[in-house]
Amino acid sequence: MGIHIVVCMKQVPDPEGPAASFEADTAGNRVVTHGLPPVANPYDENALEVALGIKAACDGNITLLSLGKSLSRPVLLKAMATGVDDAIVIEGDSLDPQDLDSHATATLLSTALRRVDFDLILVGRQAADTNAGQVGLGVAQMLGIPALSLARNIEVDGGKVLVESVLPDGFVRMSAPLPALVTVSHEAGELRYPSLAAIKAAKNIPQVSYSPGDLGVELPIGAMVARIAVAMPSRERRCQVISGENPEETGEMLADRLYTDKVI
Amino acid sequence: MSGSERVIIFAETEDNVGLSKLTTELMGIGGWLASRTAGRLVAVVAGEGVVGAADQLLSLGADTVFVADHPALSTYNPEIYLGLLTGLLPEQEPFTLLAGHTPVGQDLMPRLAFALGAGLVTDCCGIQAEGPGQEPVFVKPVFGGNMMASLEVETPSRIATVRSRVGTAPAAAPGTGEVVMLEPPAADGRIDVLDKVEESMGVNLESCPVIVAGGRGMGGPEGFDQLEELALIFDGAVGASRPPCDSGWAPAANQVGITGKIVAPDLYFAVAISGSSQHLSGMSESGKIVAINQDPEAYIFKAADYGAVGDWRRVLPALTAGVKKHVQG
Repeated sequence: MGIHIVVCMKQVPDPEGPAASFEADTAGNRVVTHGLPPVANPYDENALEVALGIKAACDGNITLLSLGKSLSRPVLLKAMATGVDDAIVIEGDSLDPQDLDSHATATLLSTALRRVDFDLILVGRQAADTNAGQVGLGVAQMLGIPALSLARNIEVDGGKVLVESVLPDGFVRMSAPLPALVTVSHEAGELRYPSLAAIKAAKNIPQVSYSPGDLGVELPIGAMVARIAVAMPSRERRCQVISGENPEETGEMLADRLYTDKVI
Repeated sequence: MSGSERVIIFAETEDNVGLSKLTTELMGIGGWLASRTAGRLVAVVAGEGVVGAADQLLSLGADTVFVADHPALSTYNPEIYLGLLTGLLPEQEPFTLLAGHTPVGQDLMPRLAFALGAGLVTDCCGIQAEGPGQEPVFVKPVFGGNMMASLEVETPSRIATVRSRVGTAPAAAPGTGEVVMLEPPAADGRIDVLDKVEESMGVNLESCPVIVAGGRGMGGPEGFDQLEELALIFDGAVGASRPPCDSGWAPAANQVGITGKIVAPDLYFAVAISGSSQHLSGMSESGKIVAINQDPEAYIFKAADYGAVGDWRRVLPALTAGVKKHVQG
């Protein structure tokens, strides 16, 4: 019996989608997206890739845990097809990610995780929609297990997890006893792409579904943080365009202008 | 909210010596928030040999500085630092606690928020507050930087992590506040911090005064040496948008953007970068932004102070030569 890893994976509107796909619903204080397919949160994909590496090294198995209002089956299956052994899905009409703050999400996930006999929980360092980076550490706090964050490299050895955590100028090595939770940074590497055959076969991978009621969680959970407005970012500046007779002259003129304006 | 507010700054040092620049900026925000209600400005600093940093916090306007000075605090250990703050903060409630959106802030504040049951907003690039009765509103990027959300914290105490350049450091003046020494708590020993490794290639993008970044339009890894040549004139660093990192032209650690490093140097060169939301939301707080791009319609020009339209292969060498002439004489 190897190590049992749970990977938490959120579904988000593709954060790399064109800026015009995002619109502010100022009356409802919500972000509305147009024509954007849901994708797996990129950082959670990094976490799954780490899990697949540990599974191969330690003869483990992987449970995928996902929570949402109406989760995309193709997105789930594609992730499961990479080498996931079973999946837990928490779904309900009240589980729109924009109606849940980090505390509510962590409450739901930790309640589900109490039913699982895990050794290691891996999550992305943050979700690409809320950009909050709180849920992973919050889940660990609620479960009372040690957590290590912003990991780029993770190894499991003799009942311990050893990570390299990203720092601005390098990394710090830390370890914690299992069971533990680790949040994974993008430096850990991209998720492998499953074969078409594996994606087709993924629908046979065991899955359990829970509603919040099944978990005994009463909704809504009182918000600790409330969104009171959404708006397009304003990042525009007045650009001075430098143009010479040719690109070389443009480059030289740009250097001169930066000097006379005391930018350099 | 009525009565005076207590504003607490979680201070960070540069390797236990002086305060980080971001911490001095937080003192500016903290002073402003506290002054709205004639509240108190409190700072907490932990480390080894950080008494000088405590004096600096007094000179920046702290009424009280809590100092935890111990070898065990020399490097950050999540459990020891969390124990320190959960020991200190309950008697300070209700408070508004500000920390930098740094690796330590990103790790410690969620733990603290969940331990205390306080609401937390991370990665703030704006804090708004009007009159004394007005709750502070925290503004942050969401959805890959494509949108900004304004958030209010509903719990009596609030915590926020704040980016560089959101606040302005106050002028230093002789301090009149008090210093209170704290005992460091014992670690419960679950997490071991083994060692810190500085990488020879690992430049500190977050604290670099000048960044020269390349994008998809670089076309390959070769041009990144030329970016470095320009960066080195300023002791600066090379960054990249996401596509060069995905393609392996630049290390993932150098990625600038909401899915990489969030930077705000004095001067940012965006070379062959189109200006996606996810990149802009990682660097738009920079002092001056200079864009070089072949496409005059590229969005980056809208977000830049200076723009040069042209092939970087021809513009950059001339720019670098010109900069050398001016900077090095």
